[in-house]
Amino acid sequence: MTLYLFYFLSFVAILSALLVVFSKSPIHSILYLIITFFSIAGHYVLQNAQFLAAVHIIVYAGAIMVLFLYVIMLLNLNKETEPHKTSLAKIAAVICAGSMMVVLVASLKGASYLMAKPGGDIGLVKNLGKVLFDEFLLPFELSSILLLAAMVGVVMVGKQDQRTQILTNTPSTEANKIE
Amino acid sequence: MIAFLTYKGILVLIIFTITLAVAAYSTYAERKVAAFLQDRIGPDRAGPFGLLQPLADGAKFFFKEEIIPNVSNKTLFILGPSIAMLTALMTGVVVPWGNELVIGGNTYLLQIADLDVGILYVFGVVSIGVYGIMIGGWASNNKFSLLGAIRASAQMISYEIAMGLAIIALILMTGTLSLREMSLQQMGGVGAHWNFWNVVYQPLGFLIFLVCAFAECNRTPFDLPECETELVGGYHTEYSSMKLGLYLFAEYINMFISSAVISTLYFGGFNFPFMNDLGLSANWITVIGTAFFFAKITFFIFFFMWIRWTIPRFRYDQLMNLGWRGMIPLAIFNIVLSGLISLFVHR
Repeated sequence: MTLYLFYFLSFVAILSALLVVFSKSPIHSILYLIITFFSIAGHYVLQNAQFLAAVHIIVYAGAIMVLFLYVIMLLNLNKETEPHKTSLAKIAAVICAGSMMVVLVASLKGASYLMAKPGGDIGLVKNLGKVLFDEFLLPFELSSILLLAAMVGVVMVGKQDQRTQILTNTPSTEANKIE
Repeated sequence: MIAFLTYKGILVLIIFTITLAVAAYSTYAERKVAAFLQDRIGPDRAGPFGLLQPLADGAKFFFKEEIIPNVSNKTLFILGPSIAMLTALMTGVVVPWGNELVIGGNTYLLQIADLDVGILYVFGVVSIGVYGIMIGGWASNNKFSLLGAIRASAQMISYEIAMGLAIIALILMTGTLSLREMSLQQMGGVGAHWNFWNVVYQPLGFLIFLVCAFAECNRTPFDLPECETELVGGYHTEYSSMKLGLYLFAEYINMFISSAVISTLYFGGFNFPFMNDLGLSANWITVIGTAFFFAKITFFIFFFMWIRWTIPRFRYDQLMNLGWRGMIPLAIFNIVLSGLISLFVHR
């Protein structure tokens, strides 16, 4: 049962990942990417990592992809045809993607003995919390400070906007409001 | 295995039916409440007291002409309302509708799935819910729809943050992410083995969560995505027939589910005062508890409507100000406060 689910999820993940690359319209690419994220979350659930699956959906499918969609809607990139790329850009893209693959292969090569046993409970919230707040406390705290700083920054940017508005005393346009 | 699947299947069917019925009659209740608050009579033609009005409305939606704009992306145009409806119905899975029933030695939990990460599941579904509006608004190929969709997504993302922060304080206090565990911790209420509901310990968190729930459901005073005075009909301007019906219906389902989640998190879920003093058997307590849970939900649905017909709509910059400069700092303050209190005063 679990094996069939694994094959099904892998099939969906790979198919939709390919469609992300091959579909012409950026909106369709994003929708396929969302499906890819869902199938990867399914893999996490199969590994009994429910917390990771839920956070994956909330952060990637729920927040980041919405922002992607948002930008594409604002820029109105719904053209079916894309502009022709120069061969220099194509070669650069191939080199970038190739070196990315080398890095990924190198980093995942020695990872086989870290693989979680299927049905283990390391992914449950309690165990994950114990590991995060014990073994990895410093990196965890640092990354949370980074995120908090980003949020405070957003509030500050919003404040600045208000002050300039009062100074110039012009009614803000729709674009300003959206930002 | 078969018995387990049939029991879960029946439970899913029952909850699906109840959700749809409550959503249908919420439309009726909304008009009756509006009439009551504005000193009118409200719908009274279809059946006694107008009770058949939702059925008449539903039938009307099905017989209306279906218009799909020629220029729109057809697949996405149909996908929009489908996603809105799907995500609205998905959250009911983790809500504990009642405690357990023991029938013939078997224990039946009145909850479809008691997930270890229940509250995160709710958040995941809520964060996906915005796609229904965004895709529908974009596929309509109409400026007003697009503006409505963009407003909706900005609003929902902004208020999701404050909502999550409000929940973090609650999680700090309860020490669990499972909605059933949270309900069980609030067991008792007034009476023997007395115990307060979470709202007593988290009044600020509850307030933030409530405001954010209004924003997530796109209810007045935060119904900017469908603001008629500026945007014609907002994201559903181009929709007609049952597709429009699905969008409107999804809003009522969201209202029902968020009332259920608020009751579970802050108002004791299926617990009720004096539940340990009645001397009834556990099954009866469960049944009465479920009835109380639905009473709480009904109250919150009424509260949603009460606010709608009392407070006028916000302006868009006011909405963003409230979200980013009011709710988020307040929620962070609430987390710090809860952390300090749980550190120094062990509950």
